[in-house]
Amino acid sequence: MRLPLLFATACCISISHPALAGEVQVAVAANFTAPMQDIAKAFEQDTGHRVIAAFGSTGQLYAQISHGAPFEVFLAADDTTPARAESDGLAVSGSRFTYATGALALWSADAGLISDGAQLLRSGNFEHLAIANPKTAPYGLAATQVMQQLGLTQALAPKLVEGQSIGQTYQFVASGNAEVGFVALSQVSRDGEITSGSAWQVPAALYQPIRQDAVLLNTGADNDAAAALLDYLKGEQAAAVISRYGYGH
Amino acid sequence: MSLPLDSADLAAIWLTLKLASLTTLVLLLIGTPLAWWLAHTRSRLKGPISALVALPLVLPPTVLGFYLLVALGPHGPIGALTQQLGLGTLAFSFSGLVIGSVCYSMPFVVQPIQNAFESIGKRPLEVAATLGASPLDRFFTVALPLARPGIITASVLGFAHTLGEFGVVLMIGGNIPERTRVVSVQIFNHVEAMDYASAHWLAGGVLICSFVILLLLNRRGRLTVMPGARR
Repeated sequence: MRLPLLFATACCISISHPALAGEVQVAVAANFTAPMQDIAKAFEQDTGHRVIAAFGSTGQLYAQISHGAPFEVFLAADDTTPARAESDGLAVSGSRFTYATGALALWSADAGLISDGAQLLRSGNFEHLAIANPKTAPYGLAATQVMQQLGLTQALAPKLVEGQSIGQTYQFVASGNAEVGFVALSQVSRDGEITSGSAWQVPAALYQPIRQDAVLLNTGADNDAAAALLDYLKGEQAAAVISRYGYGH
Repeated sequence: MSLPLDSADLAAIWLTLKLASLTTLVLLLIGTPLAWWLAHTRSRLKGPISALVALPLVLPPTVLGFYLLVALGPHGPIGALTQQLGLGTLAFSFSGLVIGSVCYSMPFVVQPIQNAFESIGKRPLEVAATLGASPLDRFFTVALPLARPGIITASVLGFAHTLGEFGVVLMIGGNIPERTRVVSVQIFNHVEAMDYASAHWLAGGVLICSFVILLLLNRRGRLTVMPGARR
């Protein structure tokens, strides 16, 4: 007698639980990988909803979304792609907002290499400078703006190597194949400290602000968990995590 | 109507052809002796070496690319060697891509040649030996001509497989115009930049080119020796 009862209870729980707690599929720009993992964990604990996150470059994620990928929330690395999602009729209009403002860093895995980043760039005392693909990655575009502002576009062009996302750019530098590279500050800093190697936080005046926008996609319009996640991203807990990783809010 | 490919696309096509040709040449030079050894040896090493050669058939290109990136880097074994030789490090260079492609396409060249050598059997070589041919003579005047179909298959497959290489190049290339930006990477760039029209032109070109190569190979009736599926 006991076993069927237990079974019935288990069934009830497993059926009733998803009704209370939903699931949300999120497409997340590669630079926001680490903070998103923290935020997702806290969000899951606080709300009981489950977050399924996929990480990639903004362009790549957009291509997937426009071809029917089942994402419900899109956290891009820029503000133009979510706007485009909206004008292409893929996203719920009026749901867009800036969840983080990115900061750019010049980083080296070598702890002694960078003290004054601008000076190092001028000296050209390195073989390879890694940047993210400026056509597809906002941090890559910001990197080209910095080089332009410093008047070094021509001088540095032969040294450039491009990663397809900011994640791959980080990998080029971390493996030592490129001595220096422009990465997201969030990748190399925690609580205002550089976690490894040496870095120069690029002055914000040298590039256009990297506004990272979030948008609710049509597929998630009726999903409570998706709405809850977007709310959560605007809240204080998320803000704390976001600034801990070196983003502006 | 002008060709809808810009100069960057054409540079990528040229670079890809150059990479595939050079890789095939290098593979024929090192793959032929290796195939000969594998076809005739009774060494215990035959098993492990065969497996090593076949690895790229089953490994995801990202695994190969990742290890190459680490190995070619200043702290990796190949990187340390090339730095000592005064060559610097080879990631993000055309030479680096050739090394990567040679590893990546190795089984597609070695296996057909090895099959060809094995199917010749001992008989023709023994006959040549009784007629006074030296081992080197036997290799060049008997084995190689008899293995010709296998060698042609190997060249075509090595070339075609390198044309389609993507994962390894993406991991170690760095997307540098005229040095490491091959067609597959350029297609990826177009897709990422949402320029689907250009992507279609290049992708369609690769599709047709690969199809024609395999069709020609098939008409020779040699496709049976093709090793396993590729990624």
